[in-house]
Amino acid sequence: MFGLMPNCRLDLKKPYYCMADYQGAEARWCPGCGDHAVLATVQRLCRDKQLPPEKTVFVSGIGCSSRFPHYMRTYGFHGLHGRALPVAAGIRMRRPDLHVFVVMGDGDCCSIGTAHWVHTIRYNMKMVVMLFDNEIYGLTKGQTSPTSRAGTRSSTHPSGSVLPGLNPLPITLGVTNVSFVAQTVDWNPAHMMATLDAAYEHPGFAFIRIIQRCPHFAKGLHEELLANPDRTLYLDHKQGITLPDEVARMYKNRARHDPSDLIAALTHAMRTDVIPIGLFFQDRSRTRYDVYGAANINTPPERKEAMLNRELDRFAV
Amino acid sequence: MKPGGATEPPSGTANPDRAPDLPDLERIPIEEHIVEIVSDSGEGAQKAGQSFGTLSAKMGNGVWTVEIIPAEIQPPQRSRAGASGIRIRLGSGKVTNMGDTADLVVAFNEQVLYSRIEQGALRQGTLVLLENKWATSNMPEIREAWVRARADFERAGLDVREVPMETECLKLTDNPFRGKNMWVLGLLCHLYQRDLEKAEDQIRTIFRRKGDQVIDLNLKLLRAGTTWARTHLGFYYDLPTRMSDQPLVVMNGNEAVGLGAMASGMEVCSMYPITPATSVSHYLSEVFRDAGGVVHQAEDEIAAIGFAIGCSYAGKTAFTVTSGPGLALKDEFIGLAVMAEVPLVVVVVQRGGPSTGLPTKVEQSDLLSALYAQPGDPPKIILAPATIEECFHFMITARQLAELTRGPVIVLTDANLATGVQPYPRPQFKREWLAPPIDQSPWKPGVPAYDWDPETGFSQRPIPGQKDGMYVLTGLAHDEGSHVAYDPETHERGCNRRSRKVAAFQSTLKSPKVHGEGAGDLLLVGWGSTMGAIEEAVDKARKRGARVSSLHLRILSPFEPGLREIFGGFKKVMTIELNYSDSLADPYITPGNRRYAQLAWLLRAKTLVDVDCFSVVHGHPLQPAMILEVIEGELARLHGQPGRRLETAAPLATGKDPSCLA
Repeated sequence: MFGLMPNCRLDLKKPYYCMADYQGAEARWCPGCGDHAVLATVQRLCRDKQLPPEKTVFVSGIGCSSRFPHYMRTYGFHGLHGRALPVAAGIRMRRPDLHVFVVMGDGDCCSIGTAHWVHTIRYNMKMVVMLFDNEIYGLTKGQTSPTSRAGTRSSTHPSGSVLPGLNPLPITLGVTNVSFVAQTVDWNPAHMMATLDAAYEHPGFAFIRIIQRCPHFAKGLHEELLANPDRTLYLDHKQGITLPDEVARMYKNRARHDPSDLIAALTHAMRTDVIPIGLFFQDRSRTRYDVYGAANINTPPERKEAMLNRELDRFAV
Repeated sequence: MKPGGATEPPSGTANPDRAPDLPDLERIPIEEHIVEIVSDSGEGAQKAGQSFGTLSAKMGNGVWTVEIIPAEIQPPQRSRAGASGIRIRLGSGKVTNMGDTADLVVAFNEQVLYSRIEQGALRQGTLVLLENKWATSNMPEIREAWVRARADFERAGLDVREVPMETECLKLTDNPFRGKNMWVLGLLCHLYQRDLEKAEDQIRTIFRRKGDQVIDLNLKLLRAGTTWARTHLGFYYDLPTRMSDQPLVVMNGNEAVGLGAMASGMEVCSMYPITPATSVSHYLSEVFRDAGGVVHQAEDEIAAIGFAIGCSYAGKTAFTVTSGPGLALKDEFIGLAVMAEVPLVVVVVQRGGPSTGLPTKVEQSDLLSALYAQPGDPPKIILAPATIEECFHFMITARQLAELTRGPVIVLTDANLATGVQPYPRPQFKREWLAPPIDQSPWKPGVPAYDWDPETGFSQRPIPGQKDGMYVLTGLAHDEGSHVAYDPETHERGCNRRSRKVAAFQSTLKSPKVHGEGAGDLLLVGWGSTMGAIEEAVDKARKRGARVSSLHLRILSPFEPGLREIFGGFKKVMTIELNYSDSLADPYITPGNRRYAQLAWLLRAKTLVDVDCFSVVHGHPLQPAMILEVIEGELARLHGQPGRRLETAAPLATGKDPSCLA
């Protein structure tokens, strides 16, 4: 409610943002697309955190999921294929007051934008980064993606793709200065919400791979995962992503995993028999490039003038 | 200026006020001189030359320096291709280009001299001060090479004097490889009667991070070089100096770009290392943080511009610096900056192409690429500074234009400006140069993100943080509200508004000024760093009575107005450029299929005037003598005489036998 404070007082000057305040254009993804669920969860996160829409920026590349910013009512940057991360890093560099979110598909992040993916992990600038991984190119109509599993029949590999799919998790975990890696699924809003919450609170580059369904070009890809809860491995730890008991109860297959243990995180990340969900790794103390970048943003013009004159003195004849 | 022996009486009259008291030495008066220092890579010839240039500028001489750079960091020693060094042209008046052939060369070995001969840098009578330690080398093949070279140089007419650099330096240091350059600076200080105190200050400055011991040793080497030259060379040059009545600064073009960026209030330089652009960021990295800025070294060229665009989108206009191959990688983002109207400054320090081409050498081959390489034909502004001073001021203009027109501005400099050093009037800082603080006041509700003025296409941009200004920037076709729109009318309107901005900017410009008469036989048109050489050649030709003028363009997109009218005053118009053009003398080439030089191509299209061109891609800055030859050939032909048409390959001296020096 508008201005209602926790102590039941009304502060008429303080805005209260509700879900509708974050809703932009009507989403035009296919019915049944996993992106709808992520959008709703992200809007909930914004509301729960009461993020001022004008202080929030969603950056994306090109692809189905990269339409995401259009469906938010915040600032948005729908840029080039594969290049969301450099733009987001630039936005973050001198604006510590903004909340930066990045949305990428598997083609965006793990194929054309791979260099930026690796290096931006290392920069460790505070932002929430969501990889929407549906193992297929949707917008260009069904080509093999780097994460498509071997044998995927696609427009570019009608008899089945040749190579095993690339697993983005160990790559992310393997990058020097990585600070937060989690995985969730589009069909469990509670887990997704908890994951996003942890990512938002993380002081650094928070990377979430969201296993996401494409009902059009990768129909039925995760049916087995949905039908058999034991195929999901619930990473359970008080330092990790915790769920209310009534939700957690559905996951019988659990592992105690301490998110400060990088080697154990890598072991879980490389498993193929099950899909682990939860927090693989977190280290809040890693070097942050955005802290370095914004250290001198308030340099007054007098100082700039003095520096310029000092330099001109140095070059003076 | 061949120094005479004792038999030749000195010419000219001494200036009693400033003639040094050296009665035992021959005084050779000069008005200008071209000096080269050449060595193996790593022997510090450039450091000595830059110091000499700066010192000369500080004493009141006009100066222009050009670096001679091998492509490798440590090429084999004593190899012709590995010659590393510097040319310093100095005069009693203003010096605007590298000039023609050298008057004096200091060479650290005889092999590097061959490469200068091959490149046409020397002439008969050039005085060579040559390190002679090779004559007594304990390796027979070196001694033999020395003897052969001495004979070759003799035949070529070079005036070679042997100098025992190594022997002299060994008296002061165990490692002459590192100290010889400052000894040579000392030698030059005697020859040109430089102020030794200023030279010592210069040494203290350049070695300021190396500690007192190093400074001390180099000061000793400097003084030893001076003393040796004074006792052994028997002459000195008397080059009048004239202190400017206004304060001057002296720097190279990349430093000027960096300093200009600081003065413009831009706070982010986002770059990826590439020759010859990188030194902009080297300079900035030293000082930018204290001035409120930051240099971001990105993971690649694409990320560098993406990062700059992110910075611009969320705050103050940022800039990126690159060279040709990097520009190719940045093109998709440049298109986005035009389409989504993000202010941005892109500095392109041009080198030789295509592809990796000539990384350390100058060319002007990226004009068409800057203008047209991005898919979908995005309209934009392109500026080209002609001097080092303009490198500074154009950065401020570029930032302002990027914001005014809400789009990218490309600044095309080149390797010649980047490494050339020249004094220019000290800029007087103005507070309005600095970018205003980021606007965080509430956006006016109801005003769309692209509220295009229907006449100019200009609009104000919302910046994240501005309440009620939320919009989603997109590279897709969009309407005023930045909503994706594929309908024909909206796309046509968007393209029209973005193009209109360039025309609206052009409407504010004045016609460029012609150098020389406004009418005549021949008009030379140039752009970028070639201005000094072109104007020097035009001035020389005019003194001989030729009706030739020149025009230098600083704004290449859009063109300044009135070009067609200016061209109408001349019988013939031709561009002079450092890029490739077909020669009409070549097989298969006709006026119909000829590839013109890049500016000529554009001028022909924009003015419908039959603009001819002369262009070369030999990797060196243009020299006045070559342009003068072009002028004379063209004028002769215009007057119906059998004037030689100077074709692209004709003036090249590659592979020239040392016995046939100019």
